[in-house]
Amino acid sequence: MDKAQIKEFIAKRVAKELKDGDVVNLGIGLPTLIPQFLPEDVHVILQAENGIIGAAPATAETIDPLHVVDASGQPTYVSPTGCYIDSITSFGLIRGGHVDATILGGLEVDEEGSLSNWIIPGKKMPGMGGAMDLLVGAKNVIVAMEHTAKGKHKILKKCRLPYTAVNCITKIITEMCVLECTSEGLLMTEYNPEFTLEEIQAATEATLIISPELKPMV
Amino acid sequence: MSKFISIEEAVKLIPDGASVMFGGFMGCGNAHKFIDALSKSGVKDLTMICNDGSMPGGFMGEDYYGVAKLIHNKQVKKLIATHVGLNPEVGIQSFDGSLETILVPQGSFVEMIRASGAGLGGVLTPTGVGTIIEDSPLCLGKQTINGRDYLLMAPIHADFAVISGYKIDKGGNVWYKGDTSNFSIAMATAADTVIAEAEMIVELGEIAPEDVRTSGVFVDYVVEGGLYQRG
Repeated sequence: MDKAQIKEFIAKRVAKELKDGDVVNLGIGLPTLIPQFLPEDVHVILQAENGIIGAAPATAETIDPLHVVDASGQPTYVSPTGCYIDSITSFGLIRGGHVDATILGGLEVDEEGSLSNWIIPGKKMPGMGGAMDLLVGAKNVIVAMEHTAKGKHKILKKCRLPYTAVNCITKIITEMCVLECTSEGLLMTEYNPEFTLEEIQAATEATLIISPELKPMV
Repeated sequence: MSKFISIEEAVKLIPDGASVMFGGFMGCGNAHKFIDALSKSGVKDLTMICNDGSMPGGFMGEDYYGVAKLIHNKQVKKLIATHVGLNPEVGIQSFDGSLETILVPQGSFVEMIRASGAGLGGVLTPTGVGTIIEDSPLCLGKQTINGRDYLLMAPIHADFAVISGYKIDKGGNVWYKGDTSNFSIAMATAADTVIAEAEMIVELGEIAPEDVRTSGVFVDYVVEGGLYQRG
């Protein structure tokens, strides 16, 4: 698979995690591909932390970049059932447990279910934005990312970069496998048959626990 | 007393070294005309309290969008923000030491501002527990309540808040268009002096009382920005 195919494969699998009516916050990059892979009978309510419940793509008629943007600062719009809110309400929604799922990428994740994605000390400091609040507040935290970064491990025993949040991840979904974060460690419940279990473990620094009900990713 | 002053008069209110909150998210909801005038004023050593540093390349074709102009002109000495990745100049100035940048989680940021404006001594939030936010100068400690850990985050107050509304009536009541209200509702309560830029100034009654999101009691000055054009 090339890079674009890997992203599409991951996005398709993540789409299966979402239920009709879920309130969902999508991070930038790969997660924004997910809505196109939702089944026809699954409609989710997209929350943009800068102030939209029910975000929907802008059309030529509705686009208004000076007044309606998404959490990456790009023009978007609102669905007929949605509304605009201010940041107090938006983060009350997030921390208060009213967001069913947040889906985001990570620089590093670890077997304690912790995530690092907001700063590389001395090199890059994009900031956490709303990520720390989303990780702490959303009912399900799904990390959707490539399994390795140019061959370097991203799924570690313990994150080396500063944490975005600790013990927060529900599931990690990559092009190689689906991992559930449990108190015992990372439980592999699905794998991509293009890879052997040995290859998947070799691409992972953390020790993977194989589920007795392990099945192929579809 | 009339709240209506010119943008030039409003800019003169802000001295070197002032702390200023700017409503807006990646430029959306920034008080564009006021910020443009401030960027040409030579005012310096500002403490900017804003979600982000906006970004280069605005939607009207300008080189720097909203508060990014103030960063580019090196008028900001200290920045309290949540995300600065879209404006590379923030990273450059932070790493060369000319800009002090304090990053706080976005949900904490807005609650810390709200707390100040609502007379509260701080915010207890689970966000940031176990991270380097615990070492932030704005984190006052940690508490366990009903078995869960929380960080005590300091209130954030400023000398000035600069917000933008689509319609502002002659009483200073503000109606925000789209998702531009973001941080402005909290910021309008949390500064000594609040300056609101109107895209349109309207007669009393044109904004229904139930549609007012920031009451005129919070607004000290209103400036007319007019519909935004490249400045």
